[in-house]
Amino acid sequence: MSQLLDVRGLHAQYGPTRVLHGIDFSVEEGGITTILGANGAGKTTTLRAVCGMVKTQGEVTLAGARIDGKPTERIVRLGVAHVPDGRGTFVDLNVEENLRLGAYTRRDKVEVAGDFERVFDYFPRLKERRRQQAGLLSGGEQQMLAVSRALMLRPRLLLLDEPSFGLAPRVVQELFDILRTINQQAGVSMLLVEQNASLALQLADHAYLLETGRVVISGTAEAIRGDAAVRRSYLGY
Amino acid sequence: MNVLLHQVLSGLATGGIYASVALALVMIYQATHLVNFAQGELAMFSTYIAWSLIQAGVPYWVAFFATVAIAFLLGVLIERLIVQPVENAPILSVVIVFIGLLVIFNSLAGWIFSYTIKPFPSPFPAAPPFGNSYVSSHELGSIAITLVVLVLIFAFFRFTPLGLAMRAAAQNPVSSRLVGIRVGWMLALGWGLAAAIGSIAGIMVAPTVFLEPNMMAGILLYAFAAALLGGIDSPGGAVLGGFIVGVLENLVGAVLGTELKLSVALVLIVGVLVIRPSGLFGKVRVTRV
Repeated sequence: MSQLLDVRGLHAQYGPTRVLHGIDFSVEEGGITTILGANGAGKTTTLRAVCGMVKTQGEVTLAGARIDGKPTERIVRLGVAHVPDGRGTFVDLNVEENLRLGAYTRRDKVEVAGDFERVFDYFPRLKERRRQQAGLLSGGEQQMLAVSRALMLRPRLLLLDEPSFGLAPRVVQELFDILRTINQQAGVSMLLVEQNASLALQLADHAYLLETGRVVISGTAEAIRGDAAVRRSYLGY
Repeated sequence: MNVLLHQVLSGLATGGIYASVALALVMIYQATHLVNFAQGELAMFSTYIAWSLIQAGVPYWVAFFATVAIAFLLGVLIERLIVQPVENAPILSVVIVFIGLLVIFNSLAGWIFSYTIKPFPSPFPAAPPFGNSYVSSHELGSIAITLVVLVLIFAFFRFTPLGLAMRAAAQNPVSSRLVGIRVGWMLALGWGLAAAIGSIAGIMVAPTVFLEPNMMAGILLYAFAAALLGGIDSPGGAVLGGFIVGVLENLVGAVLGTELKLSVALVLIVGVLVIRPSGLFGKVRVTRV
């Protein structure tokens, strides 16, 4: 399989504070890579670095072309959709407007209309609430909206920042099932950042463990699941 | 009764002007959380451009639309060249830039066009409409034009993808970038639109107050009061506030004498800030500290 996203020697910093110290990782075309780690390990920053939201050094290559140093809106136009930390809902707009913004860069109107139906198929609750102000949705619904908004871009690569955060276990399971479907049916590659390691390792094919801005363990999801240290520290059995 | 009706109608005419300028203020406030003190002077300067075009023999409506277009470009240019570089500067620096713009445009107008008061033509007939005397044709015409402008602006923001993107960029710049919106350009477009609305207000009010570099000073104050009354972050509120302020100002002028007119604005500003800082329709923002 070829690499869709390839990251080499990535450094990132907020002002004088360095958060990432030269990490390497990649996402295969059609694959799901997960980045695990504790709070403050640099998981969110890694996603932000990929889509140009923080100052970085190092190489980020998307489908063979360098994207590091490009402004976020350009990277998005190359097919990278980000479901950000905190969901990034446009709280004063309604559900439908949020979704329309997801497709803002697309000009293929007919296909966009089809994608509306597709995300409503995935998340019927959003269809019921399409005229409702997005800020009034529950946390789970806002997360569904965030994923849907990202899908409206028809991304090649989906960046997911803790999609399970704050959701009830049943809702989390539902969401991850849908993510798997999206990956398999639409062939969307994903880079998933999660605190819920066992859940992430079920979905992903490759995994990286981040500790204070450095990759300490990497490998296939299966291998990581079997790693004794990871099991003790992150999977709890 | 006739006098009252007359005062209310002509209050609505000036109210429309305040509503437009207030809407321009609110548009920039929503995107940047700053009040553009130069909004009035931009409108005044645009009106001079219209005046020059008309003096040069350009037909009124051609001059009108050309001025709106020039004002739009001027707004975009000011945002790109002057406001954007201070985007991340402390609030006071940006306020100083706005006040600087105010002074620059005021002086520039005085320097180029002199401080002599100039008459400005109205596109509407001098005779009162429908043979009644409650309202002049110009007043009625400017109410109509204001309403058309307001409807167009609301339709633009409500129904077009670009309008939606501008609203999104004002609300949540980070998420907007993540869906591919060029946030910087949305701000520039907002400045352009605000300047264009202001230019229409200037052209509509100039026949009444006459053209001179300080003609928008009082109007900006009323527009301020209107925006605060309606809620500085509510476009609809600002428009309604504009009409309310216009009528109130006229009635106070009729009852208590014209000397007290401008105090209406000041009393409203202080009153709103003391009693209901968020205005009639503004959101109460709660911030964690």
